Amino acid sequence: MELERFELGATHYKESDLKEGKLLSLPWTPNLKYAWDNGVAIGRYLAELKEGRIIARKCNKCRRIMLPPRMFCEMCWRPTDEWVYVKDTGRVNTYSVCYVNWDASRIKKGEKPHLPAVIEIDGASPGMGILHLLGEVEPEDIKIGMWVRAVWKKPEEREGAITDILYFKPVRR
Amino acid sequence: MAYQRVAIVGAGITKFVRRAQETGKELAFQAAKMALDSCGLTMKDIECVSLGTAPDAFDGVHMKGEYLADGSGGWRKPYMRHFVGGGTGVFAPIHGWFHVASGMFDTCLVVCSEKMSSCHPHPQGAFKTIFDHTTEQPLNPTLIWIFALEMNRYMQTYGITKEEIALVSVKNKKNAMDHPSAQLPMEITVEDVLNSEVLAWPVNRLDISPASDGAAAIVLASEHVAKRITDKPVWIDGVGWNLDTAYWATRDLAYPRYVEKAARMAYEMAGIKEPQKEIEIAEPYDPFDYKELHHMEGLLLADRGKAVEMLLDGKTQRDGDRPMCPSGGALGVGNPIAATGLMKVIEIFLQLRGEAGKRQVPGNPRCGLAQAWGDLMQVGTVVVLRR
Ligand SMILES: [Zn+2]
Repeated sequence: MELERFELGATHYKESDLKEGKLLSLPWTPNLKYAWDNGVAIGRYLAELKEGRIIARKCNKCRRIMLPPRMFCEMCWRPTDEWVYVKDTGRVNTYSVCYVNWDASRIKKGEKPHLPAVIEIDGASPGMGILHLLGEVEPEDIKIGMWVRAVWKKPEEREGAITDILYFKPVRR
Repeated sequence: MAYQRVAIVGAGITKFVRRAQETGKELAFQAAKMALDSCGLTMKDIECVSLGTAPDAFDGVHMKGEYLADGSGGWRKPYMRHFVGGGTGVFAPIHGWFHVASGMFDTCLVVCSEKMSSCHPHPQGAFKTIFDHTTEQPLNPTLIWIFALEMNRYMQTYGITKEEIALVSVKNKKNAMDHPSAQLPMEITVEDVLNSEVLAWPVNRLDISPASDGAAAIVLASEHVAKRITDKPVWIDGVGWNLDTAYWATRDLAYPRYVEKAARMAYEMAGIKEPQKEIEIAEPYDPFDYKELHHMEGLLLADRGKAVEMLLDGKTQRDGDRPMCPSGGALGVGNPIAATGLMKVIEIFLQLRGEAGKRQVPGNPRCGLAQAWGDLMQVGTVVVLRR
């Protein structure tokens, strides 16, 4: 069988056909709201963020100090053992300079690009990174391996969320 | 292990388009009908159906497996839906293989249908909820972040440049010019890729596969049935799949260990000891151009950090020593998530039968591989095919 010998399905149309009403469609905007429970490990993580601290969880079998904290070790498949405070400094494992918003719309003219990064936090096991943002840095100055420190919201503005850390900024070592 | 040998005996596919007028059910029907016609079977000959389709959020249809069942031939049949994000298109045939290999059934229709265009303004928004709701979503991530972060880490680890990686996009979009389903067949240059809009550095627009609508289907049969249907069965000799942690930021982003584990599982089953010698042709999953290289390494088809050398040497071209994505891949044919992986399986099926038309690779390959990948960049799904 060669594909060329068959009449293949799927009929293409343009988005403009839809906007101009050449094709009928039914738009629907779901208005659902979710309340996600933080759980035990992330609940404590967020409570500590509110206090301006980062806390991890240690497994005494593989001896990993894990971020984000979890009540079980997925490697050893057993409960984790202790809470361990780690630093609010670390190194950039990788980063991006992003001109696109979450819904694929583009950032506005003059707006600064998003600077997401994976940051390996000091005090956690090597390779234990978290997703966060970089700030107070020009995109061209960012390097993989550079040292960074958390910039926190003012204590009275913190609400127990990952965004209590505004971003990580470069520091000299 | 004792199981029935399983062959692919027929295949069907729709065009891949940005927006299809057909519903997901209609696309599924078109591909499934073509698959049956291609091997002279009817739905009466089909004992069970394995369906693959990716997030319900694309369609805004909950229980999408059930929604798609009628078009897929699932009416009053043992029917199962499979879903591991982008890995689905190779996961569904793996489950079809189980159905037949187990001895429970002698035929199985595998259908993968995807309609991404229903989601406005862009299906990318539907991916927001794959990120952790408490520790990641408040940072407003978009799907491209994880690709950009992984690509940057991969480039840095092995000293690979954007120029080099862009060659994958150039190659695959050109290959797609010979694929009748192709959505983005183009002759472009490395410069075109580098000059295309920067979405999330290091990812430019032409580094990425498009959003697509489309469907694909294959017919599986046990050995004794397959031999009655066709004199050119293509055997599924190895299957493998593997899932890594959802704590993706704690992983080695330069190397997809879970893809290696999936590949090793499939190689062991197929008796493959030296994949670089024995796998003559492959369709690694290429939603982004760097992923083809990343996956070649995970699949052990190239040494770590060395896939780029095979690319630069021309070995992965369609007429090269080790053709990669001769179909045109997700980058060129299009990326209707679940249907993409099955499109890749179909390409290897056609190539091994010598029926790939203008896309046919030289050398009469006997053994090939198709791979898909997905979820929170954590799943690898692999099939090894032989004629
Ligand atoms: Zn452990």
